[in-house]
Amino acid sequence: MTVFVIRRLLQALLVVFLMSLIVFFGVNVVGDPVYMLVSPDADQADIAAAIQRLGLDRPIWEQYLLFLKGAAQGDLGDSFIFGEPALQLILQHMPATMELAFTALFLSIAIGIPLGLYAGLYPDNPISKGIMATSILGFSLPTFWVGLMLIMLFAVELGWVPATGRGDLGSFLGIRSSLFTLDGLSHIFLPALNLALLKISLAIRLTRAGVREAMGQDYVKYARAKGLSTRRIIFVHVMKNIMIPVVTVMGLEFGSLIGFSVVTETIFAWPGMGKLLIDAILQLDRPVVVAYLMIMVLFFVLINLIVDILYSILDPRVRLQDQGS
Amino acid sequence: MTDMTSTSTPADMTAKVETPFQSFRSEFFESKIATVALGLLGVIILLAVLAPWITPQNPYDLGQVDVMDGRLAPGSEAFAGYTMWLGSDGAGRDLYSAILYGLRISLTVGVASGVIALLIGMTIGLVAAYAGGRIEAIIMRIVDLQLSFPASLVALMLVAALGKGVDKIILALVVAQWAYYARTVRATALVERNKEYVEAAQCLGLSRARIVFRHILPNCMAPLIVVGTVQTASAISLEATLSFLGVGLPQTEPSLGVLIANGFEYMLSGRYWISIFPGLALLLTVVSINLVGDQLRDVLNPRMKK
Repeated sequence: MTVFVIRRLLQALLVVFLMSLIVFFGVNVVGDPVYMLVSPDADQADIAAAIQRLGLDRPIWEQYLLFLKGAAQGDLGDSFIFGEPALQLILQHMPATMELAFTALFLSIAIGIPLGLYAGLYPDNPISKGIMATSILGFSLPTFWVGLMLIMLFAVELGWVPATGRGDLGSFLGIRSSLFTLDGLSHIFLPALNLALLKISLAIRLTRAGVREAMGQDYVKYARAKGLSTRRIIFVHVMKNIMIPVVTVMGLEFGSLIGFSVVTETIFAWPGMGKLLIDAILQLDRPVVVAYLMIMVLFFVLINLIVDILYSILDPRVRLQDQGS
Repeated sequence: MTDMTSTSTPADMTAKVETPFQSFRSEFFESKIATVALGLLGVIILLAVLAPWITPQNPYDLGQVDVMDGRLAPGSEAFAGYTMWLGSDGAGRDLYSAILYGLRISLTVGVASGVIALLIGMTIGLVAAYAGGRIEAIIMRIVDLQLSFPASLVALMLVAALGKGVDKIILALVVAQWAYYARTVRATALVERNKEYVEAAQCLGLSRARIVFRHILPNCMAPLIVVGTVQTASAISLEATLSFLGVGLPQTEPSLGVLIANGFEYMLSGRYWISIFPGLALLLTVVSINLVGDQLRDVLNPRMKK
């Protein structure tokens, strides 16, 4: 077990190192940020000073070594635009993204599982067919397009909720979040729903498949024979067996929610990491782009590592197979 | 192409008089939704191909665009005399024309990246399946690693590094998608490798390359085509997403995503048509490809047969 964990850990480190190489060189060979930062009427001396200040005059491999040294100390360079440390900038924007992603995760479970349950219990019912058709749409519609439609419908036409921004923050148990004020809730509703749509479809499909499979199992037949009420069979016996895989998959999808939030945040002008990334790309703010990408790499590698280790605990075959190869 | 796909339905050949292609066709058209989707897809492709001959203006020839026509509502008459049935955008371009030209670009990027990714992924997957051992282990490690990141994030990382442009977007989409093909081909090829016809070919003393490309590959085509349709749809939608975010195609190559992004700023002031119509075109394209792909999966997958 320890050997397995150490091997996985080393592999993860190797991946992070390789990705840092790819990301850094990829981002740094394109565009010239100096001309974005120095005012158009600056003379050669100003430009040279700016280049030196930003460390752009050194050879690229030296820049990379400096970056690596800094990264090991938690310093990913200063933003060209804001002049603040890039890492700090991203961490400042992280709570907004996390809040959005968690709300979306909650919505997809709270909406997806009941709908999937219904569709699984009454597969031939027209409502169930409607649910399944909608879930196919949820898979194929591009997120940004649905976001535009949501803004059109709820913000422009009906005027129920504001279209953009984050709204007031409330404080509860020391956590500042827009979930604790009415204004904040009205702001988070649309972006969270937009982000959740794909996962709602996923939850519907998983739950429906699980319910349909479970209903034919012996333990359900036995519970029926014992005279338990349908309600009790479904909500106690069936749900207990279905919830574990569904919730596991949904949890694993959390990473992709954060990845997708780039799109949603841009549409709804939600001040999170994703919007920061897009702004940084458009303004050639390389340290912020590199820092964001590195944090995402770290995040996904971490999720995969945890999943691998959890699986190896639950299913020893994974571990043995790995040693064999 | 259809010839290869039908090799997965050998049972039909002996029992019925109809050829594999005919049985494939009749099974495909059993589903009304898939038939409609295929017809719609045909119309969309036709419109995109014929765009220069069936639109009133070339929206990117500045001589034909009049700024005075800017932001006209659907059905208004343009300065040049024709009716703009879908309205015009901020620069005075006829939206109907812009959408057809945009469709051309979106479809080109989607299909090009789909085909290139398929060829690369297919080759790598076949090599992995046939080489086995250490090479296979390394290739599949890389595939697994890449699939652990969402494709949208991989593509976003790449465009952040590469910048804008048609070639760069295609490259980003290929890198983001090749692994899906490689995994599919390898999984299928592993099953095929142990079948009797491969053994027979080996007994005949055929070369490895010949067995892999002439005997195993044709039998892997069915799942590849299914993955290919679905991935092409997702490539089109991914390109539109990136372009919408402003990190995809430049304004000089206005795909549907760019058109939607241009209309976004007018949306809050109630000029819905500039974003909505290109969006609908994108939607119909992606959904119809997906529906066709779904039906292909059902028809080509032997396990789904009664």
